[in-house]
Parts: sequence; C-alpha cells; structure tokens
Amino acid sequence: MKLNVDGKSHEVDVEDDMPLLWVLRDELGITGVKYGCGIAQCGACTVHIDGVAVRSCQTAAGDVDGAITTIEGLGTPDALHAVQDAWITHQVAQCGYCQSGQIMQAASLLGENTAPTDAEIDEAMDGNLCRCGTYPRIRAAVKTAAAKLQGA
Amino acid sequence: MGKLKTIARRSFLIGSAAIVGGVAFGAYLVKRDPENPLALDATDADAVFNPWVKINAEGITLVTPHTDLGQGAASMQAMLIAEELDVNLDQVTTSYGRPAAAYYNTAMAGEAVPFRSNDDSFVAGVARSTVDAVMKVMGAQVTGGSSSVTDSYEKLRQAGAMARETLKAAAAAETGLPISDLKTEGGAVVLPDGTRMAYTTLAAKAAQMDLVQDVALRDPSQWRLVGKPVQRMDVVAKSTGTQTYGIDLNIEGMVLASVRMNPRKGAPMRGFDATAAETMRGVSQIVALPYGVAVVADNTWRAFRALEEIEIDWAEAPYPAEQDDHWAAVAASFTPDRLDKEWRSDGDVEAAFEGAEVFEAEYRAPYVAHQPLEPLSAIVKVTDDRVDIWAAHQMPRFVQQRVAKRLEMDEEQIHFHNQYAGGSFGHRLEFINIDVAVDVADKMRGTAVKMIFRREEDFTQDFTRQIGMARGRGAFEGGKITALDLEIATVSSSRSQMARLGSSVPGPDMQIVAGAWNMRYSVPNLRVRGYAVPELAPTSSWRSVGASSAGFFAESFLDELIHAAGADPMEERLRLADDPDARAVLEAVAEMSNWGSPLGPRKGRGVALVTSFGVPVAEVVEVTDTDDGIKIDRVWLAAEVGRVVDPVTFENVATGGVIWALGHAMNSEITYSDGQAEQDNYHLSEGMRLRQCPVIEVRALENNPHVRGIGEPPVPPAAAALANAIFAATGTRLRDMPFFNTVDFV
Repeated sequence: MKLNVDGKSHEVDVEDDMPLLWVLRDELGITGVKYGCGIAQCGACTVHIDGVAVRSCQTAAGDVDGAITTIEGLGTPDALHAVQDAWITHQVAQCGYCQSGQIMQAASLLGENTAPTDAEIDEAMDGNLCRCGTYPRIRAAVKTAAAKLQGA
Repeated sequence: MGKLKTIARRSFLIGSAAIVGGVAFGAYLVKRDPENPLALDATDADAVFNPWVKINAEGITLVTPHTDLGQGAASMQAMLIAEELDVNLDQVTTSYGRPAAAYYNTAMAGEAVPFRSNDDSFVAGVARSTVDAVMKVMGAQVTGGSSSVTDSYEKLRQAGAMARETLKAAAAAETGLPISDLKTEGGAVVLPDGTRMAYTTLAAKAAQMDLVQDVALRDPSQWRLVGKPVQRMDVVAKSTGTQTYGIDLNIEGMVLASVRMNPRKGAPMRGFDATAAETMRGVSQIVALPYGVAVVADNTWRAFRALEEIEIDWAEAPYPAEQDDHWAAVAASFTPDRLDKEWRSDGDVEAAFEGAEVFEAEYRAPYVAHQPLEPLSAIVKVTDDRVDIWAAHQMPRFVQQRVAKRLEMDEEQIHFHNQYAGGSFGHRLEFINIDVAVDVADKMRGTAVKMIFRREEDFTQDFTRQIGMARGRGAFEGGKITALDLEIATVSSSRSQMARLGSSVPGPDMQIVAGAWNMRYSVPNLRVRGYAVPELAPTSSWRSVGASSAGFFAESFLDELIHAAGADPMEERLRLADDPDARAVLEAVAEMSNWGSPLGPRKGRGVALVTSFGVPVAEVVEVTDTDDGIKIDRVWLAAEVGRVVDPVTFENVATGGVIWALGHAMNSEITYSDGQAEQDNYHLSEGMRLRQCPVIEVRALENNPHVRGIGEPPVPPAAAALANAIFAATGTRLRDMPFFNTVDFV
C-alpha cells in the first residue's frame, strides 16, 4: 500500500490490520513516534492524519486515507514548529518519551482552535499520559504556542 | 599518551566483587584509585585527564556516568564539569562512557547506614565511611537513592578544574608564558594579548603533561552555570522526536522479538503449543525459555501478535494467588518473631499509655507498579568472545557482572552501552529485560536481538512497590501530643531486590520504616518498630522506596492525633519539630499556602513533613469537596536541599514528584488474582492525568551544608498531605491507599 508520511510517499508491503505505529517505526524507521501502551490509553503514538491527531497504535494501516505527519515532520531542530518552540522555551521534557505525542496532540488542538480555554486544553490533552508529571509545563507551553500562532 | 596514562596504569583493577556484604578487602585497596576507563583506548592525541574529561582535536567529551532517567542527570553532571572547565554546554558532547569502578557512587553510603541524615556524630561518620569503602571496592556505579547530585557536586567540579589547570600548564609550556598570566574561557586558554588557544588544539600537548591535581574550587558567587536557569542539553531533541532511547536504536542486522513470561512472577513454564504462531507472517523463530516463550520476527507487531496465538501452560505462583491472602500475611506479621528492629524509642510509650485514653488507627499501602512510559527493552548481540548490550540501566556494572555470570564469560567481554531512559522510577534497577534478551540472543549467536516487552508484559512482570500496613497508638494532653507508637509491617523490597541480585541485606531493613523512624519531631514518648512480612509477590525500589509507604503512615497518624487533640496541624508540627531544617520547610509552606487564612465552604488544607534521602520536605495540599468528587486545587512544597545545581530541573522534577505521588495515592494499585497482577495497562492503573493536576508551587531552601538530590524526597509527604486535606474538607479519614476505592475524584 501507499502511505504519504511527512511529505514523502512510501510503498509498504504490510497487512491491512498492522497498526500505523508499527509501519512507521519498524518498516519506515521513524522512531520519533513512540510505543507506550498499544491500546490508545497513553497517547505516546499520536500522529496527524490530514492535520488531525490520531492514535497510531489503534489506526490500521489499511484505513489510512490521508497525509500522515509525525513529530519528525511537524518541525525539526533547525525549523521548529511553534508548539515545539514553546516546548523548548518552557523546558517541558523530563524523560521526554511522551512528549512527541503531547506535542502532536497540542498541535492538532491549536490547528482547530487557536485560543483554547484552560478547560479546553485540559480536555484535549487529558488522553496523553505523562509519567514524569510535566503537566503544569504542558499547560503553559500550549498557551505560549497559542499566543505565538495567534500573532503569526 | 604520557604521564596521565602512566598514572592510570599504576592503579589497581578491581575484579569481580560480591554485590553487597561479605567483601574482604584491606585498607591498601581502598586507598587505590580505580583506573581511568578513558585511558583504556586512548591514543597519544587524547588527553584523558580523569574518568570524566576527554579532549582531543575532534572535540570535548564529558562523561556523565549517572544514567539520565528523565531527572536531568546528564545535563546536571555536564554543568558541574563545565563550570570549572570553562566550557559552554554547546561546546561539549556527553557520553555515559563504559561501565567502570571509577564511577562508583560516593554518596549512597549516606542513606545506607542506620543513622538519621542530620546526625553528624563521629559514629555516624565512621559508619558512612565504612559503607563508602565497600561501595568503592565494589566499584558500585549506581544511579539511585536521589544521590546523583550529592555524588557529583564536588567530584565533577574537581574533575573540570584539574583538566583546566592542566590545559593551562600545556599552554604555558607551548608559549613560555607563566601560568599566572593565563586565563580560560569558552573552551580556550586566553593569553594576555587576547590570543585564544582552543582546548582542542592543546589536547595533544596536555596529554604529555603531569596532571595538575592541586586545584581550588571556585566560590559559588563566580558560577556561570551551576544554580542558573540554563537550557537542558536534551530538551531540543526531546521536543523534536530526535532523542534516541534504547527502544529506538537500530543495530545492523538485528531481529525483533518479544516475550511472554509466566504472569505468576518467578514461576516456570510447564509447556506450550506454538503451532499457530509458527506459520504467521514475519515470524522467524519461536524460542522456548524456562520461564516463557519468545517470538522472533521482522516487525515488533508481528511478534506481539504471534505471542497471543501461543497456548501456554504456566506453573503456579510461588506466592499467594489471591490479594486477600497477601493482606492477611501482612496483618499477621505484627508479632515479636517478625520484629525486624525497634528503630526509635524516645521516652517510654507504654508508661505514657497507662491510664491515658489511647487513640488507635490502622493504615494500608498497596503494591504499585513503576511503569515508566518507555516499555522495557534491550538489544543484545552474543558472539563466542564478546557480548554487546544496548539498554538503559541504573547499575551498568551490575549488568556486566550479571551477564558475565549468566553466559560464563569474563566481565571484560561484556560491553554495556547505556542509553537514555524513557523514565524509570526504580524500574531499571531490575534485570528481566536484560536477562530475556540475553537468553534469546544466546540461542541466536551472531545476530543482534531487539527485545521489546508489550506493555501488558511490562505491567505483569513489574516488581512493584512493597505492600504494607501500620498500626498507630497515641495519646495527647492539653492539646499536645504526648505519645506516639507506630508499628509498620511491610514486605522487604530491599531483600526481594537483593535476592534477585544473588545477595542479601545485612541486618534489619531500614526501608520498612524509612520516613517514619527518622521523623524530625521530639514527641516525649515516641517509638517506631519495623516488622518484616515474609516475601510475598516480588517487590523492588519504587520512587522513594520505603518512605512512600512509611511516610504516609507516620504523617497520617500524627495528623489524626493532632486533630483528636484539638490542635492545629501546622502549629503542632512546628512545636514538635526538633531540627532547624524541618522547622524551616514547615514555615515556608505555611507562608506559601497562607496557612490559617479562611477557606471557603467544603475546602480543606492538609500538611505533611517527611525526611527521605536526607531531604526534609513539607507539603501543603488544598482540596475542594465538589459535587462531582474531590478536586485537588493547589499544592505547595518546600525542601531543604543544601544547594540547587539546576533550578529548572529542580522545579520540574519536584513538581513531577508531587504528581507521581498524588496520582498513585489516588488511582493506582496492583492486586493479585490467580497469582497474576490484575492491572495490565494504564486504563487499570492510571496514575495522574492532566485534568486532575493541581497548581503546584515549589521552593528550595539552601541552608544546609549537605547538597542533596530531589528525585525522590517530594514523593513521601504528598499522599499524607492529601489525606489530611480531605479529612479537613470532609471529615472523612482516608487510611488506605489508593483513595479512589473510598472517595471519588473529579
């Protein structure tokens, strides 16, 4: 099947029901996308399909019908997305393992709503587990990113 | 290279030593410095000043031997070296280096002796230096016990200063200028005329110099990096998906594998039928192991899926199959023959209880899993003369020793490549991922095997926090606490852990009562006794270890007594506090939380003070009893840490410690049924999610001369402060964790 990932087209030979997560990690070598729980309970595997956040561990490769963006395609150290920039400004990460998913979730939220309220941020981000407890910095970074995107 | 290497060669190579206890060694051995591991493969062009600093024409490498588990250890260690070396963080690369005795932890001895951390007596000092000698001889390179900062604080600044002064000597030799005319800045020696000689260009010369060992450390007022809000070295990578964790590594030619082990932890497999799995797409091998079955495949998901198709006959658990029987075993351990030690006996509690109205209460702390978000994994390649292991681990030397023993090879043949960890919380002190990967790779010699645990497997095999109970008796008079008697019975996570290391805990297990026996209060009659529950399900070190349960017991019971006596929880604690640091952290949170100011209806505040890992921490929690359940509004924390090395990480990790503690106290436990953990993924053991996260304010106090770490100490007071706040708001006293079994949370 054909997949468009981070602006590149790939031909992969996988089962239709292989989760997108494992196509990205093991077939395409995109390891910025993380395996956390495998049952859509932690959000570490979050990617975008046409700009909308999905849990790639519960998205069958055969069901993908749009352009996939991963954390590696959202921005790079040399060309940061506004959300990544805010994450660096606030030094959100501890172990950092959940942050790919957190950033993709936040970018999806801000793609739909550039001025989320505190309650909307909490609701949108609640499915992304952080075991280190960086939640206060996540809240602050989402607001900084929102302000930056509004100014842009 | 020249002199530096000669010094290294003269040093004594420590052979394989027992892990703990029973080590015979002479004073001569203790005095010898372990060899510099950087010298082992250094060329004449490499200046390897000490085990932490290597400079050559290509660049500056700082070795940061403490594993970065997310607590910022790599940046913190680099900051300390860079401060004295006069380099900027963007001019260096960090490396874990190879496992080595030279990286033995000089700070763990402080918490391994039966003396309170604020006891600076001669006897306590002798005990600490004795344990330190054992750690040195063993070459115990350990990240744990919140000791990374303490271990590194002077040692790494010394390492940086020695390298700097040696580089200056090299520049003096090259230019003929006196050393006193030379300055250093930004990775270069600066001559009086402003000419800059980069360290990288001086390295070859420096490698031929005598190491300058007599250096003075700078006064903190001159620091550029330490204590300043600098950018963590890993923050860009961790915000762009470019940080490589152990699970992300790709070793050429590797195969992918996963495993199902007996969910009745430690029990063997009786038999299995993998007929259906064998022919599944991508599956190359089914590997039978004594304790389970591994599937080797070309894709992790294909391995996972094939595992589910294997029929397996598991042996029974070597511990009670049902949770009720675990609790019964704990409850039955408050007996003289299970008494591990009477740790504290001030005054005479029995006499104080005579004729008094005695207040009693009983508490429970359940098993809890670690479950950092990066699942356990390891990559192992075994050949006939060499083993390579890539994984994140808190005890690299023990990995080497363990694998050498397992494969009957020499330690020198075991090459461990430590990795960044996606969290740990004590999980990566254990070895099952290493063991399983080694066993499979040993059957596929010549091929690298990447072993990834499914989340369900990781949960099921987790060596959890200890289970325990406490019984308190107390008395008061005229609004003041007069007697407090606390009995704590838990399984010994230390003994369970040490047994898996093939060792034992000499003497009683202080962790059973950690955070309780060392309470910094003077109650006229105070007794704390620890009871060792016989081993049940295996347990291990869970962030803050014994203090996570004993701290909850002690500060909950004290709070009950204070309320019963009609006193104010903050005022009475301040009155009882017998140590300036303890009083200072209480006063700080009282001020931060505006303790005593009126609260609205259905609101309450709770306070707790627990000292663990040498750090007294006071926390105040404020809650509202809403129609939808308890909402945690605010938390304030104050901790006495001596000095903050990295203020950004301090704030982040202290806040995270509060969230860790509250989340598990509210929402998480592991219970057993049919010999298996009933919780096998995050929906059944949630910790805290963002919607429940309160506003948290933390403050570091820097009054004590001892510099301490902050990874664990924020954890122990939080559960008690929450229970105490809920009592203040609702009148309901929560004595059993997790609290969600008793009350609803928003």
